Amino acid sequence: MRNLWIFISRYNAFFLFIIFFTIGIYLTVKNNAYQRSVTLNSSNEVVGTAYERLNVFKRYLNLGMVNDSLAAENAKLKTRLLGLTTVDSAKDVKVIDTVTNQQYSYLAAKVVKNSITLRNNVMTINKGTVDGIKSGMAVIAPQKGVVGFIRDVSAHLATIQSLLHKDTRISVVLKKNNALGSLVWGDGNFDIKKALIKGVPNHIKMQVGDTVVTSGFASFPAGILVGRITKPNVATNDNFLSGELNLFTDFSTLQYVYVVKDKLADEQKALESLAKPNE
Amino acid sequence: MNSRIIIVNVIRWFLLLFVQIFLLKNMGFYDLSTPFIYVLFLLLLPFGIPNILLYGLAFATGLTLDAFYDTMGVHATACVVLAFVRISFISISLNRDAIDDPEPSLSYMGFQWFSLYAFLCVITHHLVLFFLETFRLTEIGYTLMRCGLSCIFTLLIILLVEFIFYRRTPR
Repeated sequence: MRNLWIFISRYNAFFLFIIFFTIGIYLTVKNNAYQRSVTLNSSNEVVGTAYERLNVFKRYLNLGMVNDSLAAENAKLKTRLLGLTTVDSAKDVKVIDTVTNQQYSYLAAKVVKNSITLRNNVMTINKGTVDGIKSGMAVIAPQKGVVGFIRDVSAHLATIQSLLHKDTRISVVLKKNNALGSLVWGDGNFDIKKALIKGVPNHIKMQVGDTVVTSGFASFPAGILVGRITKPNVATNDNFLSGELNLFTDFSTLQYVYVVKDKLADEQKALESLAKPNE
Repeated sequence: MNSRIIIVNVIRWFLLLFVQIFLLKNMGFYDLSTPFIYVLFLLLLPFGIPNILLYGLAFATGLTLDAFYDTMGVHATACVVLAFVRISFISISLNRDAIDDPEPSLSYMGFQWFSLYAFLCVITHHLVLFFLETFRLTEIGYTLMRCGLSCIFTLLIILLVEFIFYRRTPR
């Protein structure tokens, strides 16, 4: 204690300076409106910046949840949009509720496993029978493009037989003249961005840049954008033409897909099964 | 002797503050150069003054100035810093035991020592003063320019005053 006093009294100039300087600064900040506001503002700014940083991290952690809710909302909106555009108003029935009359509805699903490098690619999504998913439903990509069909369904998951599969065939038309064709992938070309449209009648002239859309004859709703022709009129040894097209779907970055629920699918299947095979 | 020093300093205090508040407060070149001659009082306090008294006087002088300048605490802080620089500089540059001069004025200490002493004290005082007044670093160039120009002005006046009241003393 004594040493401390000696120390303090030896350097009393410095300690007195500290004391008086502190009092001076205190008086300055306390009594001058401008200096006080600057001090308050800058300390507020520091605190605010810290909170902002924290928020950025928090937002990043919540990103998954936000994404899910956004996708769900998107699906809901798309369903309503479909309700506005695909209602069959020519029906001879009394329309009570136009929303329930719509044929298709979308369900957002997250891709939990994806594959693009194999000959036959299958991906998995996080929706299953609980969410009303059935085998054979069409799957489309969020912005534009087709993905494939639901293959197997468990309670909470489902697998998609993607377009990048040798058994996948999607009924498509050329947008400009509704010429029917069939979309396949991997016929001598395993580029995930390219696919073939086959079975186009010989008299149809395809051109580079023609848009290909789904026909609506199978589980896909009509008019879903599929791709753009890059190499038209490839002659095959049968009576039909083929064409190569660039797919709109980017399978390598696919994170969310929409499963298309077709209300009339069962009815259609039952009806069509009445036709005899070799009729 | 002792009472004479006190009287001289009291008169000096009133005189310098009077000049500062009623004359120099209204002077200034484009708000860039403002002289603060009152620091001369603190510079010329006698060598033997205790530190605590020096700080107290510096603080009180600063507060008086603040009262007239409406800048509560700014001048007081600057004066306290000046007092610290004064104590440090004197203890570094002079041998404490060998000091037989009554006060650190131009007449006793010579031009070289006094000008350096005054320069160091005035520039720290002005730096603290202007930066506390501005209270931000964004206008640092402008603040430094104001500080430098005011420092030159103040030093000129201080040296002028010292030369006017120069007493040739046997050294």
